[in-house]
Formats: sequence, C-alpha cells, structure tokens
Amino acid sequence: MPLNFTLALRNLFHDRLRFVATMVGIVFSVVLVLVQMGLYLGFGRVVSTMIDHASADLWIVRQGTKCFEDPSLLDAHVRDDVLATAGVASAVPVVIGFSDWRLPSGEMTPVFVVGTDLNANGLHPWNVTAGSIKALANDKAVAVDQTYFKRLGVSGIGSTADLRGRPVRVSAVTDGIRSFTTTPYVFADLKRARDYTGVPSNKLSYLLVKLKPGADVAQVQRALHSAIPSTEALTRAAFRDRSRNFWLFGTGAGAALFAGALLGLIVGTVIVAQTLYSSTKDHIDEFATLRALGSSNAYIYRVIIYQALLSAAIGFCFAAVIGFIVVEVTTKGALPVVITPALIAAIFGLTVAMCIASAFAAILRVLRIDPVMVFTR
Amino acid sequence: MSRNLYAMAQPVLEAKGLTQVLGSGAAKVRALKDVNFTLRAGELALLMGPSGSGKTTLLSVLGCMLTPTVGAVSVCGKSTAGADAEELARLRREHVGFIFQSYHLFSTLTALENVQLALDVRGRRGNDAESRARHALVRVGLAEKFAATPRELSGGEQQRVAIARAIVSDPSAVLADEPTAALDGENGQSVMTILSTLAKEAKRGVLVVGHDPRLMPFADRIISIADGRLVDERSGTGPPRLRAAGGS
Ligand SMILES: Nc1ncnc2c1ncn2[C@@H]1O[C@H](COP(=O)(O)OP(=O)(O)O)[C@@H](O)[C@H]1O
Ligand SMILES: [Mg+2]
Repeated sequence: MPLNFTLALRNLFHDRLRFVATMVGIVFSVVLVLVQMGLYLGFGRVVSTMIDHASADLWIVRQGTKCFEDPSLLDAHVRDDVLATAGVASAVPVVIGFSDWRLPSGEMTPVFVVGTDLNANGLHPWNVTAGSIKALANDKAVAVDQTYFKRLGVSGIGSTADLRGRPVRVSAVTDGIRSFTTTPYVFADLKRARDYTGVPSNKLSYLLVKLKPGADVAQVQRALHSAIPSTEALTRAAFRDRSRNFWLFGTGAGAALFAGALLGLIVGTVIVAQTLYSSTKDHIDEFATLRALGSSNAYIYRVIIYQALLSAAIGFCFAAVIGFIVVEVTTKGALPVVITPALIAAIFGLTVAMCIASAFAAILRVLRIDPVMVFTR
Repeated sequence: MSRNLYAMAQPVLEAKGLTQVLGSGAAKVRALKDVNFTLRAGELALLMGPSGSGKTTLLSVLGCMLTPTVGAVSVCGKSTAGADAEELARLRREHVGFIFQSYHLFSTLTALENVQLALDVRGRRGNDAESRARHALVRVGLAEKFAATPRELSGGEQQRVAIARAIVSDPSAVLADEPTAALDGENGQSVMTILSTLAKEAKRGVLVVGHDPRLMPFADRIISIADGRLVDERSGTGPPRLRAAGGS
C-alpha cells in the first residue's frame, strides 16, 4: 500500500469533526439521490402495475391512449375485426373507469373499477388472500385490497357497500394492489363493471390480445393497424413505457424527482469540496514538505484523491444502509422506493464522481504550493 | 592541506554568478548578489551569516527549490537551466535531501513511515524500502523508536528522524537549514556529529546553515554571507576523529 494512501487515511480520520461533516454531507446527498431515484423506479413500477399483471401479447387501445387510466373507449365491434385478423388467438375485453363508492356510513369515496371477463384469462386480481376470483361471478361480487379496508368502510369478505348506486358485496380480498393515485382499485366482472363505470355495452376500454403460437408480433400489429386504423396495438412493453412517460414526464413528476436528485448532488459536492479544501489547507505544510522531498504533483494529488475516494466509499456504505431502511419502510406504501442493483451501481459511480469533482478546489490549492515555504514555517 | 583535498573532490552542487530577486514591487529584495559556490562530496560546509543575509535563499536555489533570477546551478554536473517545477522536483528527488529547522515530520505517520515516505515518493515500496528505512533510523540512533509518532519524540529525536528521512534515499547532497536552532546544546551537538559522519562515510556533500558558533568545530569549511554576498571563506577545524578519517 503506497504511503500516500496511508497519509490520506490518517488525514481523513485525524480531524474527527471534519470527518463527521464530510460524512453528513455525503450521506445526506446520497440518500437524497437514492430516494429520489428509488421513487422514480417505484413510480415507474406502480404506474404500470395493471399492465404488468395482465395476460396479453398485445393491448388494443384507442389511438392516442396515454396510460392505463386513460378514459378513451373503443367500439365493441372492434373485437370482431381483431379476432378476424390472422395470428390472433383471443381478444379479452376490459372495462375501466372511475366510480363512486358509498360506505355503509353514507360517506362517498372515489374508486377505480377494473372489469374483465372472468371466464377468460385477462386481467384478474392477483395476490388473493381471502375469497376467490371465481366468487366474483356471483351477483354483486367485487374484489378489494385489504390496504383500503378503512377507506372503503369494509372489514373483509361479506362486507357490503354501494357502487354508483348499486349494492356490492366483497367476495375476494387482495394484498398489495395499490394505486399511486391513492384511489382504491375495485375488481368486478366485465358486465357489472359497465354498470359501475357507466361504460355502455357497445363500448369497451381495452382488448387483451393473445397471439397464436408462432405468430409474428410485428406482422400482427401491422395487420391490426390497417384493419382498424382508429386503434393501436401495443406490446406490453410499449404500453408500459407510454404509461410511465405520461405519468413521469407528462405530469412533471419525473422532472421533479430528477431535480431533487440533482440538488442533492450539488449540495453534497459543495459540502465535500468545502471539507476537502479546508483539510488540504490544514495540511498545506505537509504537502509543501512532500514537494520539497521531490514528490511529483501526481503523488500529491493522489493524497487528495484517495481522501475523496475513501470518503465516497465510507459515506456510500452509510447511505446504502439508510436507503435499504427506507425501502423496507415504504415497501407496503402506495409509492414504494425501489432500489435495484443497477441503481446501486449507478449511485456508487455518482458518489465517486461527486467526491472526485469535490477534490478539484483542493487540488488547485495544492498546485499553487511553493515548496520554499517549508523553510519559513 | 585538507582544503586542497576537498577542492579535488567531486562537486555535488555548483552555483555560478547567482543573483536572486525575491518579492515584487516595493517589497522587491535582491536576496543574493553574484554568488559563486561549490559544495563537494565528502565535505561538511557551514554557511554562516546574520538573519536576513540570504542563507535560506542560497540553500533553496542550490536545492532546486528556487530558480535563480540570474546565474546557473548544476546538480551532480547537470544544469538546472530551463527546468520546470516537475523537473526541479525530479532533481531534488534524485540528488538532494533536506533538513529543516522545524523538522517538518508528518504528524500522523510513525517515525518509520516518515522515513519510508522519502522512498515512497520515489516509487520505492515494499520490504526492501522498509528495511532501508529501519537501517537509516538505526544509523541516527533511533532503533527503539520505529513506531513512535512525532508527538512522542523529543525535538532532538524528531530532527534525527528528519535526518534519516533526508539520507534514506542516499542523496549526493544534504542541505540543512538551521538544523540545530530549535535544539539545546547537547542535542545540537549530536545532530551535528551525525551530519559530519554522513558527509565522510558516504562521500556526500553536506551544507549546514546556521549562526551558532558551536557549529564551527564540525565544519570542514566555513563560508560567511552578509547582505546576499559571500564575504569570507576559511577552512574549519572539524572534529579530530573525522578529520583523520577524511584526510587519510
Ligand atoms: N518571498 C520573499 N519575498 C520577498 N523577500 C524575501 C522573500 N523571502 C526572503 N526575502 C528576503 O530576502 C532576504 C534573505 O532572506 P533569507 O534567505 O531567508 O535570509 P536568512 O535565511 O539568511 O535569514 C531577506 O531580506 C528576506 O526578507
Ligand atoms: Mg533562514
């Protein structure tokens, strides 16, 4: 191990107060960036949760549909044209829409209804913890998520309420189907979902298309487009991207998250630059002595760079621990902070880059050292 | 007689027609005026003069820390003309060891690490470097103090660590700026004894700057400087034991 590394290590820990200040700066900034980016990933995940859980090779949507929650409707007869297209095996209709849920207490709360054909493999509730999907075929049956029990004024299977003036009964309970809009999802059979949302029987929201084995996706997409020009046939990935883009960038939420992260980086860089600079100034005699001993500038810079890298590595570890705690705490929330290995790697790289950029001022200071000063001190 | 002997020895540092202007504007000072000086292998030269006479400035120019305003410096026969800061650093690294009045040890490093540092900046690491550093500390009488930090050492011990650091890379010239000024008489004597031994043993040129007359017995040659000019040069007595070793 070169001694300039040892020197960096000792200098770093020598002044405890400054070390703490450096760590606070790095941890604050890295946690902020981590949370902002984790929210970005989490947001991206929750806005596409319905798309990810639907069983479809292609989504037939009204031309220009921006996201899953988009209220634009298709004509029901489109389904015949879709089924007539070569390569299409099935087309399951889905009806979605906002509705009003009236609690037994008489209070009203908005909900988001998702209706699908129970006999087909389309978009069914998942993570069912009580009751069953089959039970949704019963009269008045709906599925709700247990995290919304209080909001909906229900306590489990058998609880009743009103949905757009029609009596409903909880027949299935899910765990973790949460909406980032905080409006609870309510699953129901397709036919009754029309009543709850007011979507007439000659309209529908989406068609979930399954392809025949061996069918070429792009070819089917082209055929569908020319057969029904008012619609688009999107792959799951394309619809997911479109949904994410709409919610993250169409609304400015993504830009706000990135701006927050950028702010964190700037604050972190300023704090680390400040502490590195003052540390370098305190040790300026030693740097001048190194220069007098004949060390190259590169050797001296490395003391500062090592200090920056050590700070980055140690600070990052603290920040990562805090990050994982945040993940644990928010995992059940409406908007979980999601940390992926790629995010961890990217943020580690960013931390290192931030600390090296912070070393810039200190290096400039060292560049101005005149070794002659060792004689006068 | 001994003066002739030193005159024959290899010049280690040579300065010709040095003039050094320091500062700028109203604070401009001609710190050296037409100075000619040669430091030879195997001698301990003592540069004496009042405060502000230009001793440190001459040491800095000879040690490649300052570029002379006028005149030429050569180190082991190599001219420093046109050298930039990195090249001057390389010349110092290869040929010169420095000792300072205030030691300038690294407070967070042990005695051994302080000495090793002088090798480390030269890219010399590992077991060989470490055993060299140990050897240098043993030579200055600090065999027991390898692991001590500067804070745990007396002034005399710290200066001996600095001497070990200056010689561990085996430089041709050792330049010491008032190395005993901060030490009491006894420690000053022991530091000077070590320095004169170093000059003799390894045929090094040692230049000591100071103004304490007690340094004079250790010198082979005494040069006086006043107001930026060398005004007198005479041969010193040198300790008898060392004179015998150097003269035979
Ligand atoms: N950086 C500087 N700028 C201006 N004048 C200086 C500078 N360094 C030294 N001097 C002046 O140069 C002269 C010689 O200084 P110096 O070599 O340090 O003397 P000494 O070591 O003999 O005490 C002094 O008059 C001092 O004030
Ligand atoms: Mg001086």
